[in-house]
Amino acid sequence: MEIGLGHYLTVAAALFTIGVFGIFLNRKNIIIILMSIELILLAVNINFVAFSTYLNDLVGQVFALFVLTVAAAEAAIGLAILVVYFRNRRTIAVDDVNMMKG
Amino acid sequence: MILQALAFYLFATVLLASGVVVVTSRNPVYSVLFLILAFFNAAGLFVLLGAEFLAMILVIVYVGAVAVLFLFVVMMLDVDFAELKKGVQSYLLPGLGIGGLLFAELVIAVSAHWHFAPHAVPAAATPKGLTNTAALGHILYTDYIYYFQAAGLVLLVAMIGAIVLTLRHRDGVRRQKAWTQISREPSDAMAMVDAKPGEGVE
Repeated sequence: MEIGLGHYLTVAAALFTIGVFGIFLNRKNIIIILMSIELILLAVNINFVAFSTYLNDLVGQVFALFVLTVAAAEAAIGLAILVVYFRNRRTIAVDDVNMMKG
Repeated sequence: MILQALAFYLFATVLLASGVVVVTSRNPVYSVLFLILAFFNAAGLFVLLGAEFLAMILVIVYVGAVAVLFLFVVMMLDVDFAELKKGVQSYLLPGLGIGGLLFAELVIAVSAHWHFAPHAVPAAATPKGLTNTAALGHILYTDYIYYFQAAGLVLLVAMIGAIVLTLRHRDGVRRQKAWTQISREPSDAMAMVDAKPGEGVE
C-alpha cells in the first residue's frame, strides 16, 4: 500500500488526459475549454510537486508557484477576451472566430 | 501509512471524477462548481505530498479568485449553452480515441519504477527543521527573486490587460466631472452688482 511517485504521476497523467479530452469534447464552448486548460495546468503542478517531494528538492514547488501565476493571468485575460467577444457577437461559439484572419 | 494511502486514493478518485464532470457536464455552472471540488482535492494531494504552502495557495488563488471569476462570467453572460452543446456526439469518438491513446502513452512513460541517480544533486535541498512555507520563502526571496518579480510583472500586465479589454465608455451617461468642479473659481459664479434703489437688477 506504499504510495510512491508513480501513483502521483499516474493521477496527473489521468487529469491531463481529461483536460485534453475536454478540449476535444467542447470545441465550441470556450468557457469549458478554459476550464480544461486549468485542469491541464493543475496536472502539471501535481507532477512538479510530486517530483519536488520525492527528490527532496524545493525548486519544483517554486516552479509550480510560477505555473500558478501564469495560469491565473491566463484565466483573467482569456475571460476578458471572452467578455469582449460576447459583447460584439452575442455568442461565444469559437468555431466562427475565423473572421479575425488577415 | 495505511491512512495515508486511503487519503491518497480518496483525493485522487474525487479529483478525477470531478474532472470528468467538469468536461462532460451540460450546465457550465455545475462545471465551475466541480472545478472548485477538483481544486480542493488537488490541494489535499499537495498536503499529502508535504507542500502545504502550495495547497493553501491553490485554495486561495484558484477557488477564491479564478473559479469565482469563471462563475461570474458564466452567470453574467446570457449564453445559449444548449446551442453550443450541439454536435458533441460527433466529437466524442475522436476525443475518446486520442484521449485513450494519450493516457496509454503517459502511463507507459510514467508507471516505470523510478530510480534517482545517486549523483543527482538537488538545486535547493529541502532543509530540515523548517516548515514548508519558511523553506520556500528562504529560497524564493533570495535565489529566485528575479523570477518572483517577473511573476509579479506578469500579474500586473494581466490586470491592466483585462481592465483595458473590458472597459468601455458609454454615450449618454452623465458622470461627475471632478476636475471641472475643483477648478471652479468664485469669479465664474459670482459678480458684484451695483443695485440702484427702486430698480431691479438685470
